[in-house]
Amino acid sequence: MNVLAISGSLRAESFNTALARAAVTLAPAGVVVDLYRGLELLPPYDQDLDEGTSETPAAVADFRERVETADALLIVTPEYNGSIPGVLKNAIDWASARHRGSSFKNKTVAIAGATTGQYGAIWAQQDLRRILGIAGARVSAGELPVSTAHTRFDAHGELVDPLVARRLQAHLAALVAEAAPLPVAA
Amino acid sequence: MTIVAETSATVIPTGTWSIDPVWSALEFEIEKLGLVTVKGRVPGFTGTIQGGESPSIAGTVDASSITTFDETRDGHVQAPDFFDTERYPELRFESTSFTTERDELTVQGNLTIKDVTKPVELKGRFVGAGVDPYGNDRIGIELAGTLDRTAFGLNWNAPLPGGNFLLPNEVVLRANLAAVKAA
Repeated sequence: MNVLAISGSLRAESFNTALARAAVTLAPAGVVVDLYRGLELLPPYDQDLDEGTSETPAAVADFRERVETADALLIVTPEYNGSIPGVLKNAIDWASARHRGSSFKNKTVAIAGATTGQYGAIWAQQDLRRILGIAGARVSAGELPVSTAHTRFDAHGELVDPLVARRLQAHLAALVAEAAPLPVAA
Repeated sequence: MTIVAETSATVIPTGTWSIDPVWSALEFEIEKLGLVTVKGRVPGFTGTIQGGESPSIAGTVDASSITTFDETRDGHVQAPDFFDTERYPELRFESTSFTTERDELTVQGNLTIKDVTKPVELKGRFVGAGVDPYGNDRIGIELAGTLDRTAFGLNWNAPLPGGNFLLPNEVVLRANLAAVKAA
């Protein structure tokens, strides 16, 4: 099973990107987590650009393909003004424009978020769940709020908090279980 | 003399009747915002009505055919937030009790949505019987009822600024069914 991890932060030393990177190493056996890096390459969503005669921007085509070929997704979001960053919403909008069908349709997604404050991007995760649901995704149960993120990672961005590591492992295990094909309802 | 509902009187003509989806309408209604009624229709279904002294009705619905006449909304309605049609491609109904009093019908049965089976009650009437232009014997019945969508795991909602929610839990079902006598 391959999981595409997306961090909603562009900052080089982002705690959210560090959390997504930790998922790469803490993935369950048989699961490959691949970190997407390219949110900044996506132009602002423009329906003219999307539906007009011009070719789909290469970065958009690549992002859609990465989402569609992944067996499941992990999206890690910071919280800006109580919600998800514009670049993350922009990416979701590009990959879910209805005229071509949503790349997120029936895609199983786990959500997580980190902040240096006490709440671990919980509002952003609530919004992300709603947005992804409307885009047709199956958002797996539960959030992963990582609060006081600056105390959970070392100077190199390595996750050093064993409790967060265990929660992330459990979160990934739940994602994999939810994404595994179920027998068709009788 | 008292008149009681009984199943012994034949209201639905004896025989096996195949529901014709083209001549029938299976619809649902939900009151959005408490202001407007949004209607949905389910063109993809099959079913059978058994006539005679112990009538019954059963059918299955192709969940992917559910439409609310808006492509964007249908994408959401069929997604995991609502019917999750990829994992639950079929809805089912099977009557457990079908009583008639003159042309008035009361049907109790088990409705299965997303693998959750709950009893529902539908009431309606036997519209009549006749021969269609192709020489087939046909009957018509109308049934309607309400259900609590959250009992079937259809829980999605959106809070409104005033503290209320976008969607109520109550959904109205309407089935106007035309059926052809099986050979």
